[in-house]
Amino acid sequence: MTLASPDVIDLLSGISPGSALDRIRAQRPETREQAQKSYLALFQPEEFGDVSLTERHAVASFVAGLHRQPDVFDFYVNTLEESVAGRWLVELLKAEIGAGRATGPYGSYPDGPLSTENVAGPIYKVSAASREALGPKLTAAFEHAHLLVFRLREANPQALQVLLDAGWTTSGIVTLSQLVSFVAFQIRVIAGLSLLATATKRAAA
Amino acid sequence: MTERAITPTVANPPVAFTQDEIGWTPWLPPLGEDDLTERHLKGLVEAARAKSPYFRLLVRDPEVLEARTKTDKDIFYNTRSGLPRAERELAATAASRFNGCIFCASVHSRFATHHSKRGEDVQRLLDEGVDADLGERWNAIVAASVALTATPPVFTEDHIARLAAAGLDELEIADVIHGAAFFNWANRLMLSLGEPTPAS
Repeated sequence: MTLASPDVIDLLSGISPGSALDRIRAQRPETREQAQKSYLALFQPEEFGDVSLTERHAVASFVAGLHRQPDVFDFYVNTLEESVAGRWLVELLKAEIGAGRATGPYGSYPDGPLSTENVAGPIYKVSAASREALGPKLTAAFEHAHLLVFRLREANPQALQVLLDAGWTTSGIVTLSQLVSFVAFQIRVIAGLSLLATATKRAAA
Repeated sequence: MTERAITPTVANPPVAFTQDEIGWTPWLPPLGEDDLTERHLKGLVEAARAKSPYFRLLVRDPEVLEARTKTDKDIFYNTRSGLPRAERELAATAASRFNGCIFCASVHSRFATHHSKRGEDVQRLLDEGVDADLGERWNAIVAASVALTATPPVFTEDHIARLAAAGLDELEIADVIHGAAFFNWANRLMLSLGEPTPAS
């Protein structure tokens, strides 16, 4: 028998059993359960299919780092640190996150009335040194993750073709897209609920 | 053989935010309706979703789609307590407007209008952007949703205090957080796996 995985949002939001926020989350049991099931389906699936455990945790760590959420980064990178297959990635990830730092969302809209709202910003490329170590598949995944994190409005079919050409399958791209997007959700729930927990404690004091 | 992305030719694509019922077309091949197994149908949650190319694309990873769909439904449809549906849709619309997802904003602005009967205010959010003045309660919800949507998020205790001052209790504030956060999931999928098509 294995122990049930702890609820990741509770863990990273600092929500302890019996606290005010625990009671608030308890009023949304389905949201709580299904957010956790989404996490498990992405990071502890029965079959890893076309996306390996290392690839999943590397991309999640990268996304958390780009969001400058050290606790979430540590959570995902921990799995890499503890595995022979992933340990080498940790320093590289920190360097690439540093190189990829930006403030978003930014990017261009399709030509038209929204063009006046276009915001310029960096287009991230994995550094030459890291490309070789990462290989084509993870290099393409990091560049795509950066696009999804910051300039999502600029996404286009060519970006998906780059992933396919780098060895991603169509189903693997669906999993990768879900993973980046889920972590973007999870980070915001954690950021919001942890502040709400602090505010609630202060109000009760 | 390497698989190919689809580059559709869309005449008169939607290039502005709208409450019209626009469509969406994928850049990667969805599964065929006839190819769906029991596992896929479970992932779709509702059989009717097999008609949607978006869900037939996402069902390539059925377990993730199933959990995502159930998360979505509870955040938006479970209104026995907490924030009114209209204001959950407002949070979704604000996140989509700020991220730039024309398709997501169209769907959820329609829902916001339907449930609030404040179509002109909703339209001003689409036309003027997230700084439009919609009255303090809605302004507080929009501002909190936008702060949470920024990357990195810039959501602070001041946003929580403003929501509380506007009359939201803690559960309702948690509902705003979830509504905005969820659209940071949905916007990224909709924007990166396909594109909007005009209303028919």
